Amino acid sequence: MLIDWFTVGAQVVNFLILVWLLKRFLYRPILDAIDAREKRIASELADAAARMAEAAAMRDDFDRKSEAFEQQRATLLKQATDAAKAERHRLMDEARQAAEALSAKRMQALNDEVHSLSQAIARRAQHEVFGIARKALTGLASASLEERMVEVFIGRLRDLDGHARENFARALEAASGAALVRSAFDLPPAQQGAVQQALGEIFGQEVHVSFQTAPDLVSGIEVTASGQRVAWSIANYLTSLEKNLGELLKVQSIPEVNAEPELDNSKSATKRL
Amino acid sequence: MHLSPDAVVFWQSGFVKLNATIAYTWGLMAVLAIGSKLVTRKLATGLQRSRWQNLLEIIVSGINKQIEEVGMAEPGKYIGFVGTLFLFVATATLFTIVPGYEPPTGSLSTTAALAICVFVAVPLFGIEAGGLREYLKAYLQPTVIMLPFNIISELSRTLALAIRLFGNMMSGTLILAILLTITPFIFPIAMSALGLLTGMVQAYIFSILATVYIAAATQVRKPEPASGEKH
Repeated sequence: MLIDWFTVGAQVVNFLILVWLLKRFLYRPILDAIDAREKRIASELADAAARMAEAAAMRDDFDRKSEAFEQQRATLLKQATDAAKAERHRLMDEARQAAEALSAKRMQALNDEVHSLSQAIARRAQHEVFGIARKALTGLASASLEERMVEVFIGRLRDLDGHARENFARALEAASGAALVRSAFDLPPAQQGAVQQALGEIFGQEVHVSFQTAPDLVSGIEVTASGQRVAWSIANYLTSLEKNLGELLKVQSIPEVNAEPELDNSKSATKRL
Repeated sequence: MHLSPDAVVFWQSGFVKLNATIAYTWGLMAVLAIGSKLVTRKLATGLQRSRWQNLLEIIVSGINKQIEEVGMAEPGKYIGFVGTLFLFVATATLFTIVPGYEPPTGSLSTTAALAICVFVAVPLFGIEAGGLREYLKAYLQPTVIMLPFNIISELSRTLALAIRLFGNMMSGTLILAILLTITPFIFPIAMSALGLLTGMVQAYIFSILATVYIAAATQVRKPEPASGEKH
């Protein structure tokens, strides 16, 4: 008999025990280990994917920020450039204005200087001429310069042409014979009398002369009556000298220095001698 | 000269006896259990693991895959039974390289015991999967007339399982024994290698057939999916 039934039973039991043993020691631990490893790998892959997503998100965020930063930088740079340009223009304008102001000031100062210089030259020239003339006249005659001037003035009065003489005579009449003699110096009583006498002789009427000292006449003498005037002074010579000097200084408009004071009268018959 | 290791009795007391079949089976059980215990004592769940753990993982996952390929949805449920069948038969063959060893599967008692286990396990798995009523209904498929044929089929395939394994294993051992008396040199080694091959093939056939029977018992009774979902 090939089959031993006790052995069959024993082998069935043995087999069942072996099933239990292998389940306990082989399949369950091995399958658990495989499952754990698969889970771990899956979790690691998921983790890696999450990290990659996170990294991508961070990269995107960074890109966005970088772009925004670039834009901001460009805007700021443009703003700064514009501001610098505007500031430059402003400064240039200011500088130009300041330069113009300075230039105008300098021009003004130059003009003032020229003006004062010409004034000084004129004054100096007056004094020099006066001094020279005085010296010359003193050397030529015993009479003082003033006496000679009065003589010259009287001589010129006598030499007045007919028309001028008539005009002045009318003016004297209109002023009831009152006339004003102005001179740059105090006339001594002898000369005052000579002038009064000469006026009476020339215009054929009694003339009441009042005398006044006016230093601005510059070694001159004038007689005024009712707006009419007859004058002589060395200011004429000074004026020509001044003109020459002015041309020398190339200054177009030099105000007249110590010129005869012009009376604001249309009927004025100024006669320069 | 004996046909079966059953004939080698070490100890006997009436009906109860300890023959070579039982003794070698115990030996195999000890080797399998202790070996598994030693390897799985320190299992690594990381990517680095020992060679023995690798080997066992390959074997276990290979068996699992085979069960899956037969069509079982939950291989973990059946690996205890099917896997043990395969490992026991394969190990019994593998140890034939040890001189003096006789495979317990060379005994008809052992193969009959394994076949009886399959014979009992198939309806148990079937009833567990679909219930007793559904399982019994399967014997009436496709018609009632087929009932006796179904029962005969059930019995005959169990018998075939036992005889096939026994015949192959016993013949291997027997041929080896005979050849040793005729040509003691070299030729028995080739035959021994051939025996190893046939033993492995038989282990595969035995376990895969048991899987197919279990699959047939568990899946036939499951409700058919909707026709639209069929592939």
